Amino acid sequence: MSLSFLLLAVAALCALSFYFGRQRAVALSGGRHSNLHSLPAHYGAYTAAWCGIPALFLILIWYMFQGTVIETLIISDLPAEIVNDSGQLSLALNSISLIAAGNGEHLSVSPEIIDAGRRLGNLQTVANVALVVVILSAAVLGLAVSYRKIEAEMRARNNIERIARYVMIGCSAIAILSTVGIVFSLLFEAMHFFTKVSPLEFLFGLEWSPQTAIRDDQVASEGAFGAIPLFAGTLLITLIAMCVAVPIGLFSAIYMGEYASPKFRAVAKPALEILAGVPTVVYGFFAALTVAPFLRDNGAVLGLDVSSESALAAGLVMGVMIIPFVSSLSDDVMSQVPKSLRDGSYGLGATKSETIRNVIFPAALPGIVGAVLLAVSRAIGETMIVVMAAGLAANMTANPLQAVTTVTVQIVTLLVGDQEFDSAKTLSAFALGLVLFLVTLGLNVFALKVVQKYREKYD
Amino acid sequence: MTDMASLMEDRAAAKVISDNLRKPVDWDSPKIARNIKKRYAAERRFKIYGLAAIFLALTALFVLAGSIGSKGYSAFYQTYVQLEVTFDKSVIDPDGTGDPEVIGRANYDGLIKSALRERFPDVTARRDKRNLYGIVSGGASYDLRERVLENPSLIGQTRSVWLISGDDFDMLNKGYIDPAVPEGDRRLNDQEVGWYNELVADGAVDKQFHARFFTNGDSREPELAGIWGAAVGSFYTLIVTLALSFPIGVLAAIYLEEFAPKNRFTQIVEVNINNLAAVPSIVFGLLGLEVYLNVMHLPRSAPVVGGLTLALMTLPTIIIASRAAIKAVPPSIRQAALGLGASPVQTVTHHVLPLAMPGILTGTIIGMAQALGETAPLLMIGMVAFIVDVPGSALDPATVLPVQIYLWADSPERAFVEKTSAAIMVLLAFLVLMNGLAVYLRKKFERKW
Repeated sequence: MSLSFLLLAVAALCALSFYFGRQRAVALSGGRHSNLHSLPAHYGAYTAAWCGIPALFLILIWYMFQGTVIETLIISDLPAEIVNDSGQLSLALNSISLIAAGNGEHLSVSPEIIDAGRRLGNLQTVANVALVVVILSAAVLGLAVSYRKIEAEMRARNNIERIARYVMIGCSAIAILSTVGIVFSLLFEAMHFFTKVSPLEFLFGLEWSPQTAIRDDQVASEGAFGAIPLFAGTLLITLIAMCVAVPIGLFSAIYMGEYASPKFRAVAKPALEILAGVPTVVYGFFAALTVAPFLRDNGAVLGLDVSSESALAAGLVMGVMIIPFVSSLSDDVMSQVPKSLRDGSYGLGATKSETIRNVIFPAALPGIVGAVLLAVSRAIGETMIVVMAAGLAANMTANPLQAVTTVTVQIVTLLVGDQEFDSAKTLSAFALGLVLFLVTLGLNVFALKVVQKYREKYD
Repeated sequence: MTDMASLMEDRAAAKVISDNLRKPVDWDSPKIARNIKKRYAAERRFKIYGLAAIFLALTALFVLAGSIGSKGYSAFYQTYVQLEVTFDKSVIDPDGTGDPEVIGRANYDGLIKSALRERFPDVTARRDKRNLYGIVSGGASYDLRERVLENPSLIGQTRSVWLISGDDFDMLNKGYIDPAVPEGDRRLNDQEVGWYNELVADGAVDKQFHARFFTNGDSREPELAGIWGAAVGSFYTLIVTLALSFPIGVLAAIYLEEFAPKNRFTQIVEVNINNLAAVPSIVFGLLGLEVYLNVMHLPRSAPVVGGLTLALMTLPTIIIASRAAIKAVPPSIRQAALGLGASPVQTVTHHVLPLAMPGILTGTIIGMAQALGETAPLLMIGMVAFIVDVPGSALDPATVLPVQIYLWADSPERAFVEKTSAAIMVLLAFLVLMNGLAVYLRKKFERKW
């Protein structure tokens, strides 16, 4: 509430300063705009920018650090025996924030915690008030300073255009920032994880059962974090998906590009693209409630024992999802093969299919490989279909009729629900995420390079 | 040595070819005719493979649509049961105060239960009674309360009222529970099926349009669960996503396409954008969890965090589409503007951007459609909580349509299957609408220069 109010207030101040700046420029011009270096609106924009941009920037910085700073302040006042035990600490912080929010009457906690809760409440109030005061005074200060700087000779247009350029550079840099953010957040928590479980065990261990004891006195397994079964399951499902998507996608691309009449193309192509626009959660529902029971019942008729969460169901549906991806990419690639190659082949008397098989396809092969690799990376990172249709059991099997689990399924199961950022169980999700990120990144970079090289060849 | 051998081989091969060339080919020989026939057959087969591939893909699409449509259409209506309810004065307003507060607090559940007991007086066992009360949904008492509050003159009268039925009876009425299967294998026992048959024989069972599905929030009771809460959550999330990714994406695209010098920074940005477009969505969820929740301590399950996460995800889509649209504006426009004395920024804001806007908007709508259908990153930041209330702002805990679908798909009650399918239909309707708008924009404003 206070944030939207603050943003509205800053916006209002900006509008006001635009008006003031413009008025001042008009006043300075003495009624003749040619006395000014720039248009009056430029002067208005100049003051508005000086009023709004620093304020917005401050808000951003403030929200980035407010939570951390307050938490550090609270923790520094807690007794040492709570701070040193991470389990107790998170519990204490929980009750403190409940008390601060006014919902802590029923809690039976020590007086230090209650004190800390009150302090947290006070700190939050102070922080909110301080934020409003700081931001509004920054905005007003920016307005005042820039207003006073306005003169008839001031190069307002050049100034505002320079500011615009910096803002644009900042926006482009967000692409870099989010990559850096991904890498650091994954690395940070994964490093945390690797202090508890050795990377070798994680990467090459054959057993995955992340359930660890919550309390010390519980009789529970230690938890095993060998990720090989997850990788195997991911590969199995990806393989099944590719077996569906690559032939169907390639053949439909060939038919669309070489045989189909324009009318047929105009209908079939958008229809295929619909498959790419269906949300993955819908595919997941379809896989879990239609395809999996269908496979199980038919398997039973044939005397096969098909698990109700078989890798086959998830893989088939994922393959269907990827068809348009493969088909549109390979369509692109094949249409780039120069016409001269095709004409040469026809001139020697080859039929259409012979030309496609012996000339176009080999010429387009690098590009098609790139397309397939991009599709593989998409299949590996796909989440909802496998979460809903594949199982949780980390089986090491090559049998597509059994249940397997994947990297993405485990990330979701580990992080949905209670998270404890000090247990290997929660942290392992970030290690899996890191592996996932690196593998898909590697595949993409490689595939894009292959496709690019192929393009250069025929350009 | 090997060179020598291969040379010999080449020569031998050349000789065979030239011998063959020297011999005139008899084009009418049966061998050639067979060969041509074979090649044409191969050609036809190849063509059929292509057609079959497209046919298979489209079949998958139709099966998907058909299975969801056939499972979900029944969620749009709901079974109602007619009962003779006595609006007992001693229960509702014993002192005759007429005070809405007193009337509002009365035990309407009890009224329904006694109506049910009156309808089936021979039910006495405690277990059977509990089953009997299951005929009517727990939400029916709220309807009754509304009715009395609206019209207090009902107090003391007996009226026949249509009440929303419980989910098991709804399923029976819609044919999802087959009374022919053995008693142990179905949710309702023979006695309950008997009650149902008796009610049907009296004409006291009816299906009505199920408006609650569109107006309610989530609920544990399938017959009371609706998608409005999730729809509002999706709306707030998308607004935050749009508010962030549209300006940032367009500004970045303008910079990269119009102003950026060819240097290292620009190169890194381009590589980053291409890679971000291919990063699995769940990784963005991990980023959101770590940065927004753990570092910045933003509220869990709030649409604002969902929007921030999805904004990073849709940013590459918008940047790539906007760059393509800006690139499509011919250079002559820019040269004309510059020639008339416009500054580079003025050239872009006054001429290039307006001309590129339809393309940019098309790309943005497609990006928003992707964001609307996205589930996995939102699971990471806790938007999977069970939330009954409709969110009032972007900071309230909420869920979104695809996550609601995921949650319902996981629910064990049979009645949630049709709710899930119906929610999918609503989600798909929104997506079709958005993509249709994008296609319309493209068709309407497309310019060939």
